[in-house]
Amino acid sequence: MKTKGQEKQSIKRGRGYEIWGLFKRNKPAMVGLALLAFIALVAIFADVIVPEELCYTFSGAPLETPSIEHPFGTDNLGRDLFARVVHGSRVSLLIGFGATILSLAVGAFIGAACGYFGGVLDNVVMRIFDVIACIPGMLLILVLVMALGRGTENLLYALMISGVPGYARFVRATVINLTDMEYVQCAKSYGTSNFTIILRHVLPNALGPIIIMLAGSVSGTILAAASYSFMGFGVQQPAPEWGAIIAASRQFMRLAPHFAVLPGMAIVITAMSINLMGDGLRDALDPRLKD
Amino acid sequence: MSEQNNKKNAVEVENLYVEYHSGGQVVKAVNGISFTLEKGHTLGLVGETGAGKTSTALALMRLLPDRVSHMRCGVIRLKGDNIMELPESHMNLMRGSIISMIFQDPMTALNPIMTVGDQILEALKIHNAEGLSKEQLNRKVDEALELVGIPASRKNDYPLQFSGGMKQRVVIAIALACSPDILIADEPTTALDVTIQAQVLALIDVLKQRLGMSMIMISHDLGVVVKTCDDVGIMYAGELVEYGSVEQIYGDGPHHPYTQGLFGAIPNIRSKSRRLTSIEGLMPDPTDLPKGCKFSPRCAKCMEICRVTAPGEWEQDGHRIKCHLYGGYTE
Repeated sequence: MKTKGQEKQSIKRGRGYEIWGLFKRNKPAMVGLALLAFIALVAIFADVIVPEELCYTFSGAPLETPSIEHPFGTDNLGRDLFARVVHGSRVSLLIGFGATILSLAVGAFIGAACGYFGGVLDNVVMRIFDVIACIPGMLLILVLVMALGRGTENLLYALMISGVPGYARFVRATVINLTDMEYVQCAKSYGTSNFTIILRHVLPNALGPIIIMLAGSVSGTILAAASYSFMGFGVQQPAPEWGAIIAASRQFMRLAPHFAVLPGMAIVITAMSINLMGDGLRDALDPRLKD
Repeated sequence: MSEQNNKKNAVEVENLYVEYHSGGQVVKAVNGISFTLEKGHTLGLVGETGAGKTSTALALMRLLPDRVSHMRCGVIRLKGDNIMELPESHMNLMRGSIISMIFQDPMTALNPIMTVGDQILEALKIHNAEGLSKEQLNRKVDEALELVGIPASRKNDYPLQFSGGMKQRVVIAIALACSPDILIADEPTTALDVTIQAQVLALIDVLKQRLGMSMIMISHDLGVVVKTCDDVGIMYAGELVEYGSVEQIYGDGPHHPYTQGLFGAIPNIRSKSRRLTSIEGLMPDPTDLPKGCKFSPRCAKCMEICRVTAPGEWEQDGHRIKCHLYGGYTE
C-alpha cells in the first residue's frame, strides 16, 4: 500500500522515478522498449550496418533465398532485401512518429484552445471536426494524398491532417476538466495571459493522458503508412519502405515467401514493441491502475 | 467621482449583480450589492455557503467564468478605475499589481507541476515594469517567500512537498509578490486547522500593515472577522442584508434578524445551555428566490409585508440594514 504522501511525491523528480519503477516491473513493456530501442538504433545507424547503394544496386540473382551474402535474400530485381528492410525502417519510423507527433501538436493546441475558451470558437471548430469525422478515414487520406501528390512527404501530411480531429477532441476533454482547477484561476488572479496559462498550466498537467494516447497511435500510424505504401499512395519505388516492399512481393509470394515475410516481420515487430511499451506506459502513468 | 474620493476609496461597488446560466436556469448569485472600502481598511464579508461571497470576489477581479456567468452592474471601481469598461489586456495588468486574491483551498490553488519559486516568478515577470534582470527577479522571489516565513532555499520544491499551512503561505506569497493595493482573502483559513489558522491570520494582518493594503476578507467565521476587519457586510442570498463598522455589527444596536441568528449560533463559553440556537431551514434556492424579503421564509420575526415586498434600506451613521422591522421604505 502506498500512503497518500508517497503517491503525491509526484511529477518530475519524484514522479519520474516512480513511473520508471512501475514501468520496469512490467516485463512485456520492457521487452517492447528493448525492441523499439533496437529498431531505433538500426534506423539511426542504417548506413553503418549496410550502405544505402545496396538498396538500389542489383547485387544478386532475382528472388534468391537468404544466404550469408544476402541475409534476407534478394527481391524480384535482385536487390539486397536486408539493405532495403534496414533502410526502410527510417521511413517507417519517421512517418510513424513524425505524423503522430505533428498531428498531436496541432490537435493539442486547437483542442486546448477550444476547451479553455469554450463558447463560439469551441462550437465552430468542433462542428468542423464533426464534419471531417463523417468522412471515412481511409477515403480522407486517399483524397488528401491525391490532392497533394503521391509521395512520402505528402503521405506524412495526409496522415497528420487526418489525425488532428481525434487529438483535438481528446485534449479538449482533458482541458475542460483542468480549466476549472483553482490553480488556473490563481494564475489568472496574478495577471497571467490566457496563452501562457494554456502553455504553462493547462497542457503540462494534461501530459500524462496525452503521452498514453501518443504511444497508442504511433504503431497505428506506422501500420497505416505501410498500408498506404502497399496500395501505392505513399513511398514510391525504388525507395525502400516496408509496405512498398510487400506490395512489390505480391506476385512472388509462392515462389519466394521470404520476400513478403521478412519485411512483414519488421512491421509486426515494430508495431508490437510500441504497443507493449504504450500499455506499460499507460499502466505506469495512470494512478488509478497503481497497486 | 471627485479626485479626492478616488484616493480615499480603494474599492467602490455599486449595484452589482452576478448571474450564472446553466441549462436554461438562471442562478442569481449576487443581487444588487453596493459597498465601499476605504484605503487601508479591511472589509469582512460574512455569510453562509452560497451567499454570493466568492462570486462577489471574483467579480471584483473580473474572473467570473465567461461561459456561464453574467455580470450586470452599475460600477465597480478599483482605485477610481471602472473595471467594467477596461479591455482584458489592461485588466490583466491590474490583476496582481492592483488587486490580488488569496484562494480558499491551498491544496488546489497551486499548479502541482511547477515549483513554488517558478509560480512566484511568473507573477513577478508579468508585472516587471521596471525591467529588472533575472537575478533581481530571483532575489524578489526569495524575499516574497521569506516575507511569509518560508526559507528561500525551498523555492525549488514542488507544492506537494509542502504541508497545508505552508502551501497557504505560498499562495499568500504569490498574491503579495507584486505588492497589490487591494487584497481579497477568500476564506484563507477554512482549509487549515485552528493553530495554523491563527498563524496565517496573524501573518496576513502583519503584512497588511506593513504593505499598507486594503483588504476584503471573506469568511463565515465571525470570530475571524472581528479580529481582522474594520467594516463588516453580512450577506444572505446574494444581498448585503446588514453592513456597518465592526462596532455596529457586533454591538447592541438594531440588527437584521439574520445577523442575530448568526450570532445566536456561536457557542458561548459561559452559557449553560446544551444546544446551540440554529437558524431553521435552508438558504433559498438561488434559481427560485422568494418574492419579498429573501430571508422571510426562515425569519422568526417575519411579517405579512415581508412575503410580498422586498425591504428597503434603513441607515444610520453608515450602518445599513435591509429589513422591514426598521421601517425601511419599500422600493
